[in-house]
Amino acid sequence: MDVSYLLFILMLSVFLGFELINKVPATLHTPLMSGANAISGITVVGAIALAGSGNADMAQWLGAGAVALASINVVGGYMVTDRMLGFFKKKEG
Amino acid sequence: MDLGLIIQLGYVVAAGLFIFGLKMLGSPDTARRGNGISAIGMLVAIIAALLDQGIVQYEYILGGMVVGGLIGAVAARTVAMTSMPEMVALFNGVGGAASGLVGVAALSIADGSFTYITIILSILIGGVTFTGSLVAYGKLSETIGSGAVTFGGQKFVNGLIVIGILASAVMFVMDPTNTNMLYTVVGLSLLFGIMVVIPIGGADMPVVISLLNSYSGLAACAAGFAVDNNVLIVAGSLVGASGIILTQIMCKAMNRSLSNVLFSGFASVSTTVTEVEGEIKPISVEDAYYVLEAATNVAIIPGYGMAVAQAQHVVKELMELLEANGCEVNYGIHPVAGRMPGHMNVLLAEADVPYDQLLEMDDINPRMESVDVAIVIGANDVVNPAAREVESSPIYGMPVINVADARTVFVLKRSMASGFAGIENPLFYKDNTRMLFGDAKESIGGLVREFS
Repeated sequence: MDVSYLLFILMLSVFLGFELINKVPATLHTPLMSGANAISGITVVGAIALAGSGNADMAQWLGAGAVALASINVVGGYMVTDRMLGFFKKKEG
Repeated sequence: MDLGLIIQLGYVVAAGLFIFGLKMLGSPDTARRGNGISAIGMLVAIIAALLDQGIVQYEYILGGMVVGGLIGAVAARTVAMTSMPEMVALFNGVGGAASGLVGVAALSIADGSFTYITIILSILIGGVTFTGSLVAYGKLSETIGSGAVTFGGQKFVNGLIVIGILASAVMFVMDPTNTNMLYTVVGLSLLFGIMVVIPIGGADMPVVISLLNSYSGLAACAAGFAVDNNVLIVAGSLVGASGIILTQIMCKAMNRSLSNVLFSGFASVSTTVTEVEGEIKPISVEDAYYVLEAATNVAIIPGYGMAVAQAQHVVKELMELLEANGCEVNYGIHPVAGRMPGHMNVLLAEADVPYDQLLEMDDINPRMESVDVAIVIGANDVVNPAAREVESSPIYGMPVINVADARTVFVLKRSMASGFAGIENPLFYKDNTRMLFGDAKESIGGLVREFS
């Protein structure tokens, strides 16, 4: 893909990220962090392509390792965030 | 429609769901659904990636997913909320390592200098995130000492490492067949991660975790460039931005610049001696009960000590008794209370304290004058009036919760040892301050027994 096109996407999403995250209240900073952590597990998508590529043995093993690590992030991150957010309750009545 | 387009559209949908999910994290009411939406986005992205026809072998992928998923699920279910900071640190490190590995694996398909540069970047950021997070984990879980480790010539050594990384990176990009240079970059990145986190002390950990969180996103972003994938770039930069904002908030809450946190431990300034007037006035649990029984407005200010003493549940019991007694109870939470952003809020939410009673510093401070009793539990520097009054104090200028404005202040504290920053706290000597010495959990348990 065209480099300038990728950089364009980068710039827009950084600005969008700043706008979105600035609105998250301090109360939710810990879940925000673990949730963001889960999102950074997106690297699993890159790892999948490399682990299944069928070429170069080394790349496959490295890819599989990356898939495993990123899966820890994805599964662990989303689950622990959900667990935490389940605690947050409004005052009844 | 061809498969390639479907995959790309899948990535677009995934990115949209991530953005929408993060937006819903803006309010506690919708946050949980937001997290769910973000998780669906991840599922869509993974399915799209699996559709790729370039994939000929699924064994490696499935094996990795099952192993990683199980580890993640067990960790997420069993972790105690008090240990969240270490857990997040570890997850950051794992994410960084994954992106670094993607970078290395991408070498087999790489061509063109730009790709090599992005590969080096993902290895570099991923490596630093990995070892830096491991050190942070060690410090937070106290498997290694949580203090700042400094030695003479530290900056010089770090400078050499940076030069080494740059030099070997440039040489590798110019001649990608020279794998020795690649290994040098890997090794030095891992070393650099350790070097940048060891000089940072325990109380500055909120900044470090936020920063490493940001790095784990940036590493994913760099990996996205390396494998030419949009969704990695979008998701990675969202995470990167989130970490940077949290870092900024933490630094502002400590009135220190990021470079000050990273390069100079508090240790160097803690020798300042401040003259404090007045005397320490201890109070017994029984007397504290009489004061609380007459109070109509109580503010509780928790700090890391509350987490250490595991006192959050008994604090909630006391809150219920006070409320039953017709008293209004609020919590004042300083941004850097605890070991990660929002740590206190999660602990109190777990103990069933409604989130609308958890007030931020700027909301509780104007109300402080109408508070009858402010109870400080295991917090020290974040309530230190020296930050406002003593210009020579190392924390002068740091925004603090003005508990001294309350009619009475109870400080729950184990002993008279000073806080992490090693700074005298004039609050303890104020006329309206009473010290309730002992373990926070036991002291509050004593108050609860007096009430019932």
